[in-house]
This record gives sequence, structure tokens and C-alpha cells, in this order.
Amino acid sequence: MSTVSLPAGTEPGPGTPVVPSAAERRATRRWYRQPALMAGIIITGVIVIAALAAPLLTSYNPTTQNLTASLLGPSAHHLLGTDQLGRDTFTRLLYGLRVDLRIAFIAVLFPFVLGTVLGSLAGYFGGWADVVVMRLVDIVVAFPFYVLVIALVFVLGPGERSIYIAITTVGWVSYARIVRGEILVAKRQEYVRAAQSGGLSSLRIMGRHLLPNVISQAFIYAMSDIVQDILAIVTLGYFGLGVPPPTADLGSMINDGQNFLSTHWQLTTIPGLVVVLVGLGLSLIGDGLADILRPGQS
Amino acid sequence: MGRMAFVGRRLLQLIPVAFGVTFIVFFMVHLIPGNPALSILGIHATPKAIAILHQEWGLNRPLWDQYWLFLDRLLHGNLGQSLYYGQSTTSLVFSHLPPTLWLIIYSALLSVLISVPLAMAAASRQGGLRDHVVRAVPLLGLGMPSFWLAFLLILLFGIKLGVFPVSGYGSGFFGHLRSMFLPSLTAALALSPVVIRSLRASMLTVLGADFITTARSKGVPGGRLFFRHVLRNAVIPAVTVLGINIGFLIGNTVIIENVFAIPGLGQLMINSIFQRDFPVVQGVTLVFAVLVVLINLLADVAYAALDPRVRFD
Repeated sequence: MSTVSLPAGTEPGPGTPVVPSAAERRATRRWYRQPALMAGIIITGVIVIAALAAPLLTSYNPTTQNLTASLLGPSAHHLLGTDQLGRDTFTRLLYGLRVDLRIAFIAVLFPFVLGTVLGSLAGYFGGWADVVVMRLVDIVVAFPFYVLVIALVFVLGPGERSIYIAITTVGWVSYARIVRGEILVAKRQEYVRAAQSGGLSSLRIMGRHLLPNVISQAFIYAMSDIVQDILAIVTLGYFGLGVPPPTADLGSMINDGQNFLSTHWQLTTIPGLVVVLVGLGLSLIGDGLADILRPGQS
Repeated sequence: MGRMAFVGRRLLQLIPVAFGVTFIVFFMVHLIPGNPALSILGIHATPKAIAILHQEWGLNRPLWDQYWLFLDRLLHGNLGQSLYYGQSTTSLVFSHLPPTLWLIIYSALLSVLISVPLAMAAASRQGGLRDHVVRAVPLLGLGMPSFWLAFLLILLFGIKLGVFPVSGYGSGFFGHLRSMFLPSLTAALALSPVVIRSLRASMLTVLGADFITTARSKGVPGGRLFFRHVLRNAVIPAVTVLGINIGFLIGNTVIIENVFAIPGLGQLMINSIFQRDFPVVQGVTLVFAVLVVLINLLADVAYAALDPRVRFD
């Protein structure tokens, strides 16, 4: 008897899918064992708490001007210095985050709901419902994201309400595509067939049986969608189409700072850095959720 | 199904898109709070001018009649008259188009130059250090405002090093090449997280294919294997990814043109917003959508023509 040695190159490499054992699966499902997810939760958590606790963390007012203290460098009184109107940059950063995060977290809900509903209808019923929804998708994606958002906010007038309408009009498309694709696969499975032959109504099958199985993909996408919404809000603020001044907003802070780029670069760079950190935190949460909700597909 | 039939069917699919896009652009005027004639003519319009416009554009008639009149004007190349520049929107659009096309093509090329080597580095050692570093790029890049990235590049290359101009379009081919470098780099860097992510995935798929195993087992050396076998098959997906994300790229050029003062469509759009020059905003929005649709069509046709394995069904 001789031991059979495998020829080189046939041992399972990193590309070969390995079926995880039950214990391994349990481990990946434990959310606190996911370093990426934990890092994301910590980063996002710290930023959200800092934004919520803004009045406790700073004694300045974000909009009160003090022209005798304009464009100061960082000091013990002003951690990140002051802007051209003598407003404390650290304070405006916290209050700006508050505004931008609130709008972004609300703005993500409307496209999520609208896209999920339209995508479910298209995927489940097929036929005309599918044709109509998918043609609407084609029409919306013909516009560059920022062009349509900026144009809509312009015609509706700057402000929070316009941002919600613009982001919903443009944003539902991705959710509809994702949910439709998932439903197309799921509706052929036996539990749906069983529910159908059991005589359940279409509404009940979609709401109670299909949706819980397909919603996780839309939810994972929502994490990166919030990042995109924050960018859109900050970009609108940069162009003066966001929240009207003097309310602090990270985009308008970057816009104010750009005139002092060569002398006071921190006025421009720090608000942007905070946006990047928020994006990093939420992306890490999204990736971690993806690993938990669809194991073996990362 | 032949190639011509594929192109023909692709063109047929554009018909509902064309109606939908023009309807959205047309309907924008009715989204403005208040009188549509005032938003078209500006707040200083005389009652007589308003009356004439009502007659011409059929503003008292049903919505569908108005849309029909809008399409009729559009087919005659009439996008309306600018309130601020005193020219037709059509001529404004054509004079602002070249810098934008430059920016789109230049940044698409740069993003391929950036993304392909990085995706290759990541895919060649899956799970290795290089892979982890490259996979971190999208995490940082996706949340980065493109105008902020532009400021960082201006600070570094324009102010600290002084090697590239930080504004304008330049003159002549090489002038454009130099002046447009930083704006195109910004757009390319903003796009690259998306491209790297999909490219890495498609390279991993190619690496797992049977013909790669065959090439390996017959002893093709690593470098040759990567360039001749993997890269050639992964570039086509890169072109597709660029095609899919062209809307993202073009949307970013609007923002970037304004940071770098490039006299393109994006600057025209934002300036017209500040001037409340509604016909120009409307016209430019439509032209951007047409650009996206045309580039997507080109990408599809090129894809079908380049890759003999694409089946036309």
C-alpha cells in the first residue's frame, strides 16, 4: 500500500469554495466576531454620538459670528480654529454632521421603500408590471445621478424637502433592480409554490413569505446608499443648494473654506475628512452585514 | 441573431427611454413653484412676452399638447433661449461640449490606467497583503466627495509642488493635456473604487477558468500567463464596467468642472442655476442624458463587435 500523493496544484486553493462546518458558520454569524463590522460600528457610533452630543461637547454656537476672532489657528479655546466669520470650526463640524446625518438617514428610507415595492411587483407579477417598472428604471438611469439631483433641487428650490424628493426620484432604481432580481429567483422555490397552491393571496405571499427572504440584499445596499446620499447632500451644500445658511453643513463649510485653501487648508480638508470617515464606517458595516447575511458569497 | 439585428433592437429599446427622458426634462418647468412662463422668461418678463409664450408653448392647453409642442421644438434643434447669455441654448451647449468630452475621455483612460494594475495586483494574490490593501481602497474612496478630492490634489500638485495648472482648459492639444490632468485625475480617482472592485472580481473569475488551469499545467510562465491570458480577458469587463458607470463619471464631471473652472457643460449648468437661467439648465440636463445613452449604446456595440463570444440574443 502506498500513499497517494496529490499532484501539485490540485489541493484546495484560496479560490476553491470550502464548505464551512456548522461551528464555523455559527462563528461567522456572531456579529461581534466580525472585525470589519465592529470597526464600522465603532467609527459610525463615535461620529453619530458626537453629532448627537454636540451641545455637550462644545460651548460655542455654530452660527454666532465673532469677527474679532476670524481665521484663528487651532488652540485650546478653538480646537480646530475658526472660520472667516470667527465661528468655531469644531462646533460647526459637530452641528453640520448633525444636519447632514439626519437628512441622509431620513433620505435613504423613501427610495428603500419605493424601490422595494416596485421591484417586488415587477419581479412577482412579471408581464406588464415588469415592463413598466423596468422602462422607468431605464429612463431614470439615463440621467447622471448628480445631474438629475442638482436639476431637481434647483427647480424645486433649495432645502430639505427638495433633497428628499430628488434623492427618492433618483435612488429607488437600484433597490427596484436588486429586489426584482432576488424575487425572480425566490418565487420559483418550493415554499412560494406551496403558498400559492395553498391559495394565499399574492399580497400575503409577497409580504409574509418573499419579502423577509429578499430584503437583506436591499438592506446591505442601503448601507452604501446612505454613503452616496451623504455625498449628494454635501455636494448640494457645496453648491449652495443644500440647507440654507447660516445652518452649518459640511458641504457649505468646504465651500467657505476653499477661498482660504493656500493659507488655512484645515477649513477645507477637515470637513471632507469627516465625510470620508462616515463613509468608511458605513461601508465597513455594509461589508460586515453582507458577510453575515449571505455567508460564503463574499 | 445577427449583429445588425442586435444594434437595431438596441435602438428600438431607446424609443421609450427617449420619450421618458424628454418628458422628465419637459416636466421640470411645472415643478417650479409658481407660473411656468415666469420661470422660462425670468422675473423681469413683460406681460406681453408672457402672453406670447403662453400662445407659442401652449401653456394654457393640456399637458400632453404642451409636451407635443416641446418635442416638436426639440426635433427642430430648439432648446429655448438663454435668459442670461442672450443666445440659443443649442449654440451654448455646442460651444461648451468639447471640454466636457475631453474630461470624460481623459478620465476614462486614466481610470483604466489606475484600476487595471491595482486589480491585477490584488487578484494575483487573493487574500494576500496586496489584496487587502487594494480592497480597502473602495472603503475609503466611495465616501469621498469628488470636489474635496479635487482640493487635496490642488493643494498637493498645484500649491505645494506647482507642477500642474489648477484651473482652466488650456490651449492646443498639449495645453489641454496638461491643464486637464488634475481634473481628469480627480474624476478617475473618484471612479476607480467602483472599477477596481468589479475588475478584481472579474479577474478572479478568469483566474478560475479552465483555460487558465490548462495554461498553468502546460507550464506557461506567470507573467506571460497574466498578461496574455488573464488581462486580455479581463479588459473587456473593464470596458463594460466603465460603460455602466458612465453616468457616475459624467455626474462627477459637473462637480469637477466647477472646482477647476473648466468651461464645459457642467460649469454652464451650475452658472445657469446661479443665474436662474431655466432654459439652459433644462437643455443641459437633457444633453447630459443623451450623452449617457449614446455612450452606453456605443459601449454595447463595441463590446459585441470586439468579443466574438458575445451572443446576440
